[in-house]
Amino acid sequence: MSFILDIVAATFRVSTPIVYATVGDTYVQRGGMLNLGIEGMMFAGAFFGFLTAFGTGSLWLGLGAAVGVGVAAALLLGFLIVTLGTSQHVAGIGVTLLLIAVSEFTNRLVLGRPATLPKVETFDVLSPIDFRVVQQYGLTYAAFLALVPAAWWVLNRSTFGLRVRAVGENPEAADVAGINVFWTRYAALAIGGALAALGGAFLTLAVLGSFTLDIVAGRGWVALAMVIFGRWRVGRAVVGALIFAGVYSLQLRLQIVPGWDAVPYELLIALPYVAVIVALALAGRSVAYPGAYLRPYRRA
Amino acid sequence: MPVAAVVVTFALTAGIVLAAGANPIDAYRQFLITPLQSEFSLLEVLVSMTPLMFTGLAVAFAFRAGYWNIGAEGQLLCGAIAAAWLGQHAGGAPKVLVIPAMLVLGALAGAVWALPPALLRTRFGIDEVVTTLLLNPVALLVVSGLLNGPWRDPVTKFPESPRIAGGAEFPQLVDRSRLHLGFVIALVLAAVLWFVTTKTASGVRLRAVGLSPRGARFARIPVERTLLTAALVSGAVAGLGGVSELAGIQFRLTEGISPGYGYTGVVAATLGGLSMIGVTAAAFFLGLVNVGAGTASRVLDVPTQLGEIITAALLLVAVGLILFRRYRIVRVTA
Repeated sequence: MSFILDIVAATFRVSTPIVYATVGDTYVQRGGMLNLGIEGMMFAGAFFGFLTAFGTGSLWLGLGAAVGVGVAAALLLGFLIVTLGTSQHVAGIGVTLLLIAVSEFTNRLVLGRPATLPKVETFDVLSPIDFRVVQQYGLTYAAFLALVPAAWWVLNRSTFGLRVRAVGENPEAADVAGINVFWTRYAALAIGGALAALGGAFLTLAVLGSFTLDIVAGRGWVALAMVIFGRWRVGRAVVGALIFAGVYSLQLRLQIVPGWDAVPYELLIALPYVAVIVALALAGRSVAYPGAYLRPYRRA
Repeated sequence: MPVAAVVVTFALTAGIVLAAGANPIDAYRQFLITPLQSEFSLLEVLVSMTPLMFTGLAVAFAFRAGYWNIGAEGQLLCGAIAAAWLGQHAGGAPKVLVIPAMLVLGALAGAVWALPPALLRTRFGIDEVVTTLLLNPVALLVVSGLLNGPWRDPVTKFPESPRIAGGAEFPQLVDRSRLHLGFVIALVLAAVLWFVTTKTASGVRLRAVGLSPRGARFARIPVERTLLTAALVSGAVAGLGGVSELAGIQFRLTEGISPGYGYTGVVAATLGGLSMIGVTAAAFFLGLVNVGAGTASRVLDVPTQLGEIITAALLLVAVGLILFRRYRIVRVTA
């Protein structure tokens, strides 16, 4: 029993950064864009969030800085893929490379190579009752109780959400209907950037309390895959993130079980990536990508 | 255009150099001039451009066909795994046998890793960007699974594979330098791919599919088969890059065998305008920046990551400028 509770508790914690990034990226992809900068945005959010919290002593300022960096990165990507209409793959990879390089550069420049890893006092775990599964970080509660329902409602029930979906399905029609395609896409990207960076900052400010170069380790790519796995629906994408986190937590827990520690945990971690590819393959031609996926919009 | 991209990039990154407390002019001299001034560092530039040539050529070849292979990183790792496997078991076999076998096996491994996304694209129309990308972390996990399991160094217990046999090591080209056979292979490959893409009917078909799949189909070009070929050739070339790094530089498999060569290959391919000669020139330039970042960090005490910032900024500036060129001002004579 305790074995299962451990895994359930860990699943919520492990899924939190991916949920933030996944929810944000749902807006980006529904807006007809592919954000290959997402890995870099999580990385920069993790680093600049940590750096700010370390410098000012305030975790909240750290979160704010992460959001700022995420939005700034999204605007840069937006300038390239929305305003200039460049190839989204190349521009996204470039943004990821740039953000990782700038973070590592700043890390070396400001923090140097200290003998002990700089640390901040992390967010406390909320503990409403004495039961492991509900003892989670505030940011985890915020993700599941506030962000996911709000993101679902905004995307599916609000005018803004309708606009995002419209510019992703058929930008020409959206434009004729009086929707500003460019600004709507910028807004979707900004949401994606802010949430990806927030997810990254969760890793440094809540889980670890320090910054290491392998901190994000492909979680951005996972988030991107989960959006497609969930067929661009907020709820399904979050379920995907939970499954990923569940498998990940299972391998974490199995590593300390005698007899199971010989099982190569890499196989289990690789499983979710393969599952996304298999899911895409099984869905085959019926996968309904957003109509204007990857297509820049230009007024004729 | 490339010159303009370099100038704009250096103007944009000057602020970062100043923030690091160095004079941008001095820094750029370290980046672009100093590495060319000694034979040793010039050879190091060629060493560091070698893997970027493989991945750059691989990416450029696929992109020409409109196949967005973002998976060169994973394909390179698979080539390296294949080379590490053969190299460990080569025993006392002579180089003339082992090296060609490693190259064939590495190319195959890269192509095999490129196959599933290619089939999904050509059979089911599933976008290859995400599938090729997702196979990169999977390939890295295969590497770390091997290194933490069956291939862990039996003596040191480090996550490193056993050193490959002497017969599997690429010969050095110049005494007391790290320049190895892989550089020559990369050059030959660039020449062959240049010939194929510019002088043969296959090259024209490849470009036609990339520029207009519908037009190509109308011209009775087998679009699916062309895409599949492009994807597999791309994977094989990236796989050869893995063989080259393993047998020419590292001699054993480690998790750090590729510091993102697959992604930097996208930079080389874009800067090179997807032409094979352009990729070669771009790889040389990126190698220069890479070696220059090392010297700049020693001489001026600027973090070496400045090189990576310049590489990434160069990519973004280049994609931006390609667009602006479309809107250039021309004189119209009546």
